[in-house]
Amino acid sequence: MAPRHLMRLDLIFKDEHDVAPLVRQTLARGRDDIVNELIASGLKGRGGAGFPTGLKWKLTADAPGDEKYVICNADEGEPGTFKDREILMRVPEKVLAGMAVCAKVIGARQGFIYLRGEYRFLRAQLQQVIDGFHAVLDEAGLPFRIEIFMGSGAYICGEESALFESMEGQRGEPRNKPPYPTQCGFRNAPTVINNVETLAHTYSIFKYGAEKFRDLGVQDSRGSKVFSVSGDTPVPGIYELEFGMTLQRFVEDFGDGDTKAVQVGGASGFCVPRKRFERTIIGYQGKLTGTSLPTGGSMMLFNSSRSMYNVLHNYLEFFVEESCGQCTPCRVGTQQLLRGIEGVKRGELSSATLDALLDLAETMRLTAKCGLGQSVANSFASIVENFREEMIY
Amino acid sequence: MNGLRELVSALAQKHGTRRESLLPILQGIQAHEHYLSDDAMVEVARALDLSTAQVYGTATFYSFLVTRPQGRHVIRLCRTITCVMHGKNQLLKELETLLKVRVGETTADGLFTLLETNCLGQCHQGPAILIDDEPYTRLTPERIRVIVAEYQQKAALESENSGLINS
Repeated sequence: MAPRHLMRLDLIFKDEHDVAPLVRQTLARGRDDIVNELIASGLKGRGGAGFPTGLKWKLTADAPGDEKYVICNADEGEPGTFKDREILMRVPEKVLAGMAVCAKVIGARQGFIYLRGEYRFLRAQLQQVIDGFHAVLDEAGLPFRIEIFMGSGAYICGEESALFESMEGQRGEPRNKPPYPTQCGFRNAPTVINNVETLAHTYSIFKYGAEKFRDLGVQDSRGSKVFSVSGDTPVPGIYELEFGMTLQRFVEDFGDGDTKAVQVGGASGFCVPRKRFERTIIGYQGKLTGTSLPTGGSMMLFNSSRSMYNVLHNYLEFFVEESCGQCTPCRVGTQQLLRGIEGVKRGELSSATLDALLDLAETMRLTAKCGLGQSVANSFASIVENFREEMIY
Repeated sequence: MNGLRELVSALAQKHGTRRESLLPILQGIQAHEHYLSDDAMVEVARALDLSTAQVYGTATFYSFLVTRPQGRHVIRLCRTITCVMHGKNQLLKELETLLKVRVGETTADGLFTLLETNCLGQCHQGPAILIDDEPYTRLTPERIRVIVAEYQQKAALESENSGLINS
């Protein structure tokens, strides 16, 4: 049996399906009171980017406009992530409660859940829960309705502005930023768009207080986080853990004893080799340095039987297919990176090509239009730099 | 063509005729017809007062919308690394042998189209596939044979029944 160093938490999945009392109670509070509690909790977006949730709500509430929207981003497409599906299956009421409170704060009458096409099988059950929840809202006197919008298989639509485009009937191509969604989102109106898990956390914060949430985690990373654990592990699955653990502790709990690397944050995240497990902390700590890793919660473990070339090749194929094709650095860059490592592996290109490819990846980080193209460099550089010999031989 | 017009107008009634209605309408057509024909897209453009290029542009962006005929059931096999590590390639081989098609092709009887897809969000119980909307997880070559046989039996039964009605 694997050791269990890390505290397993049960806030998100705690069996609390009757959210009506808390919704009524919270809706009766003042807007400022609600936002201030959320800001005090230190909650940051759980989709991976980590924008402070309270601030997002406040900015949208303060933005001028009569029409505002709340959108729950359930386009969970990052390889290795499956927590949002689990949350929507097991505790959807909490997500809806979070959306309703947000609607009250910002003054929205309409909310949407953008559900990825791959999760269509969840739709009927979720619709039932929404129908029941609408009755709760009527009782509480909040004129707010939630609709499900189905995606159709496009990773890029998890990017918030691409998601708006998709909802507006367009190709899911990201917009330029700024303006940000808090000013100009769906239908060019101020919009709060939150990840499924983020909304579920707001429920816990309103229920148990900002203090209790803040007590968990470290420094800039407060609260708990739901991790999706897969790969070479005897215990794959969903785990809610406290933020701020070292990767070493994580691997001791979840590894198979032979873990050579962990990909933190999916294909767009970072690969951490064994020698850095001790120094790597999971959470947001100031700037992104590679020693503290924010994450949407995808944790893929690889043991020494795995070729990191195959891992990188798999990620690059993914990016080539999922790049929306709008901007050149991403459309061409992803293809060149893939061709490049294939050429090096076959011996047709010299190993020095890898350095040129690292430069290309860095160029993509600087020049790609959205997070997809910018983050290709994360996995590319961290795998090529740490496992260079595996790319060549 | 007439049936198509009725389908599109029913969907437009349900979802509206704004540009925002486009994706739900295309999804509705695909659910019904299994693909988006040129005629269907022209019909949608007319109903929503869009150019056909706009409809085609949106339709071809999304991997779950297709503009070429496909089988009654679409098998989507997850190709993400964690599923690969847990036997995706053996599963693919089994499916290709079983259905006598390669990835991207449709079986001779028109029952299945076999595709690969990106992460299905079932990484802790891979390898995983979707058949239409239904996920199947922790698959082995043995299990996939049973599942495919079930779909085949159901289809055979249906065509038998419809044959009885016709006669």
